[in-house]
Amino acid sequence: MKVPIKVTVNQKVYEVETEPRTLLVDLLREDLGLTGTKIGCDTSQCGACVVRMNGATVKSCTCLAVQADGAEITTVEGLAQNGQLHPVQEAFWNSHGLQCGFCTAGMMMSVIELLERNPDPTPQQVRDGLEGNICRCTGYQNIVKAALAAAEATGG
Amino acid sequence: MTTRIFGSGIRRREDPRLITGQATYTNDIKLNGMVHAAILRSPHAHARIDGINTDAARRAPGVVAVYTGADTDGVLNPIPCAWVIPDSDVKAVAYNAIARDVVRYVGDAVAVVVAENRYQAEDALELITVDYSPLPAVVNPEAAMQDGAPQLHDDAPNNQAFHWVAAGGDTDAAFQAAEVTVSDTIIQQKLIPNAMEPRSAVASYQPAMGELTLWNTTQNPHIARFVTCLVTGIPEHKIRVIAPEVGGGFGSKIAVYPWEMVVAFCAMQLGRPVKWTETRTENFVATTHGRDHIEYVEMAANRDGKITGVRSLVYAGMGAYLSTAGPGIPTILHGLMYSGPYDIPNIKADIHGVFTNTTPVEAYRGAGRPEATFLLERLVDMLAQQLDLDPVEVRRRNLIPKFDNGHDTAIGLTYDSGDYPGTLDAALSQVDYAGLRAEQRHEREHGRYMGIGVTCYCEICGLGPSQVAGAVGFGGGLWESATVRFYATGKVNVFIGTSPHGQGEETTFAQIVADEIGVPAEDVEVIHGDTDNTPMGWGTYGSRTTVVGGGALALSVRKIRDKARAIAAHLLEAAEADIEYDDGKFFVRGSPDQAKTIQDIALMANVAWNMPEGMEPGLEATTYYDPPNFSYPFGTHVAVVTVDPDNGHIDLARYAAVDDCGPQINPMIVEGQIHGGVVQGAGQALWEGAVYDDNGQLLTGSMLDYALPRAHQFPNMELSSTVTPSPHNPLGVKGIGETGTIASTVTIYNAVLDALRPLGVTKLDMPLTPERVWRAIHQQG
Repeated sequence: MKVPIKVTVNQKVYEVETEPRTLLVDLLREDLGLTGTKIGCDTSQCGACVVRMNGATVKSCTCLAVQADGAEITTVEGLAQNGQLHPVQEAFWNSHGLQCGFCTAGMMMSVIELLERNPDPTPQQVRDGLEGNICRCTGYQNIVKAALAAAEATGG
Repeated sequence: MTTRIFGSGIRRREDPRLITGQATYTNDIKLNGMVHAAILRSPHAHARIDGINTDAARRAPGVVAVYTGADTDGVLNPIPCAWVIPDSDVKAVAYNAIARDVVRYVGDAVAVVVAENRYQAEDALELITVDYSPLPAVVNPEAAMQDGAPQLHDDAPNNQAFHWVAAGGDTDAAFQAAEVTVSDTIIQQKLIPNAMEPRSAVASYQPAMGELTLWNTTQNPHIARFVTCLVTGIPEHKIRVIAPEVGGGFGSKIAVYPWEMVVAFCAMQLGRPVKWTETRTENFVATTHGRDHIEYVEMAANRDGKITGVRSLVYAGMGAYLSTAGPGIPTILHGLMYSGPYDIPNIKADIHGVFTNTTPVEAYRGAGRPEATFLLERLVDMLAQQLDLDPVEVRRRNLIPKFDNGHDTAIGLTYDSGDYPGTLDAALSQVDYAGLRAEQRHEREHGRYMGIGVTCYCEICGLGPSQVAGAVGFGGGLWESATVRFYATGKVNVFIGTSPHGQGEETTFAQIVADEIGVPAEDVEVIHGDTDNTPMGWGTYGSRTTVVGGGALALSVRKIRDKARAIAAHLLEAAEADIEYDDGKFFVRGSPDQAKTIQDIALMANVAWNMPEGMEPGLEATTYYDPPNFSYPFGTHVAVVTVDPDNGHIDLARYAAVDDCGPQINPMIVEGQIHGGVVQGAGQALWEGAVYDDNGQLLTGSMLDYALPRAHQFPNMELSSTVTPSPHNPLGVKGIGETGTIASTVTIYNAVLDALRPLGVTKLDMPLTPERVWRAIHQQG
């Protein structure tokens, strides 16, 4: 049995039919072809799958696609606008905030939300704010640096 | 010449695709007609398979096929171990892609379902019934060698997978004559690497051509091709292995896994592309683990602190089967490093590799060297305590003095170059060691428990000369190759055999080319990871890519420079000896304004309208570089911790490191490697560890139960470096991928034990969880 849902992803409207058990991350990756969002653990610990849903950060591996019916979603593919990188993307690049890149989409989503809540965070606030995201490559140091640089760039 | 690009922390070339979601990892690949595999895994650590019923699964919606081990008979050969260390009685037991008759660890494959989509495949897995007769299991490598222990393999009595002994000097005499000895029992707990990208494979087989393409999350696609050929019987030249974007490895993507062969098998049977991607739960049980040593270690010394001997008896768990490089880790990469940065005349390593009913053990970042550094640095701290000397002073009395070109150790290695006292001095001054000790005394007087750990390390990496690889039983070479191709437009492609997975070689290798021949780095594109369009390479592990692959690349660019010089001489109507080169320009000495740029020469070489007599067209060079020696980076790390005795909580207050990897191509990337390595090593010291129950069930089988390091647990690390070039490779570089992990575990461990010293705690097993620390404190009374 499939049910119809309507989701807006990166400002584009999709009307699709999906099984009620389909995970949001699988809808994004398999049905909409947006593979920038990654699956790291399927149990909501690692944060590789974080997307924005109606402004909130959501772990899309533990959210059903049907729960996103009517929602506005932003994925990593929707961060750059008109060929201009988002300040957080730019900061991750400049600060070497990624190595293998697998956690990066979720990590940037969490940083963007964190900076919206707290535009001028201390290093420790950034570290605490990233508790839901695991990176195995960077030791986090340059991710923190990137977040602080993005805060400065956006006038935090 | 203006600022050299060699040495510049330029931002990475690979990042734009990674930060925009445009990179393609294996699990992002979608092929026409592709079906999806899911693997049924044994829930038992040891059991006989009495029967498998797949009827219901075959009838389930969307299911295309179900295969068991019997279906692979005569089609797939067992997965070979590729590092059969010599003179060690290695038992290369059969590791079948899908288990036959007996399963030997939780995670051993029993059947595979292929369905139209992943959900259907997983649904069908639940419809397979397997009759198991559980057998007794053993998970502790020392216990597994005792008489009466459950036996995993008929042809490996007492579960001994191998027995390797290496010695230099006369250790027995050193211990008999010792004025003082210290000893410890060290548990190097089993670790689960947890690269963020789960492992994945996509196989596509073209029956008409007999050709297999395998997209694979691997650190070494060329080795994967070689082993795939051995397992599937498809000739090597008809196999293409592609490592697309790979999301971290840390050793866990070295092995050629049974499941990749299963995916290839399914694609061959079905004539349709097949994808398999592990879940994180599968990753915990079915992707290789690291460490797992039980070590009895001793150090002999004189009363003045001079170390005279080190010896060990080690039981190294190998898991249920020998993984691709498994036997080489606790032996060659461990026992040979017992001298560390010290001058130790008598060394003996006695290592038993042991089968246990657990996930196979492979390289995990550092691979044998963190364990060697740990035992050495732990024993040095214990020695200092016994002699009532400052631990730094004991280190200083034993460090090998500065050397530029070769130092032979008692156990037969030749270190390339080192200035161990230099990094020690720099680190002590950086952290104000005397000030820290004063602060510690003050804190102790006020009942607060602050500890300082100082580690001096050197490590063997940049693997390595192929002749040595052969002598130590490594089933391949350890050279690298690189092709550099200039196009008519002056743009450059570099084709390399190594296969990075996060290390940034697209950037550093472009920097090497730019530095050597004066093209802008952005004009260089580095191609890697596809066996069909890259020259042979032995893979990215053992911190070897920049040392060996970078060496091959530098030599290729130098060949091009030589050819370009000859073309320039011809075009400028001068003798070649009169041509000077500077920053991408060739000119007759004294006439730099009449230069031919490398781009001019690339154009001429490609169109070949006016070439020197007899010279071939094209501006391209390939080098097969086999290094004459390993590389030996080194450094000093310092950790400062505080321990709260009321709850056992450890706060990592400071972490400082002075590392020396020779000249740094991109310091930003070097520091990133150290950051990541230190945090992984800290994970072992403080939080991580695979816990099995006595039946072989993995109790830490998810990220909820296996504690990976998080951002909030770390201070900002304070890094600096010294530069001691290696005389043994063209760029003078040394590997830096593993040093952080090699040094940090014991640095933090020793800091914690130092903090707990006033409380009488002298022994703790890792990980140093708050509960363990609290109990140790309170058991002291």
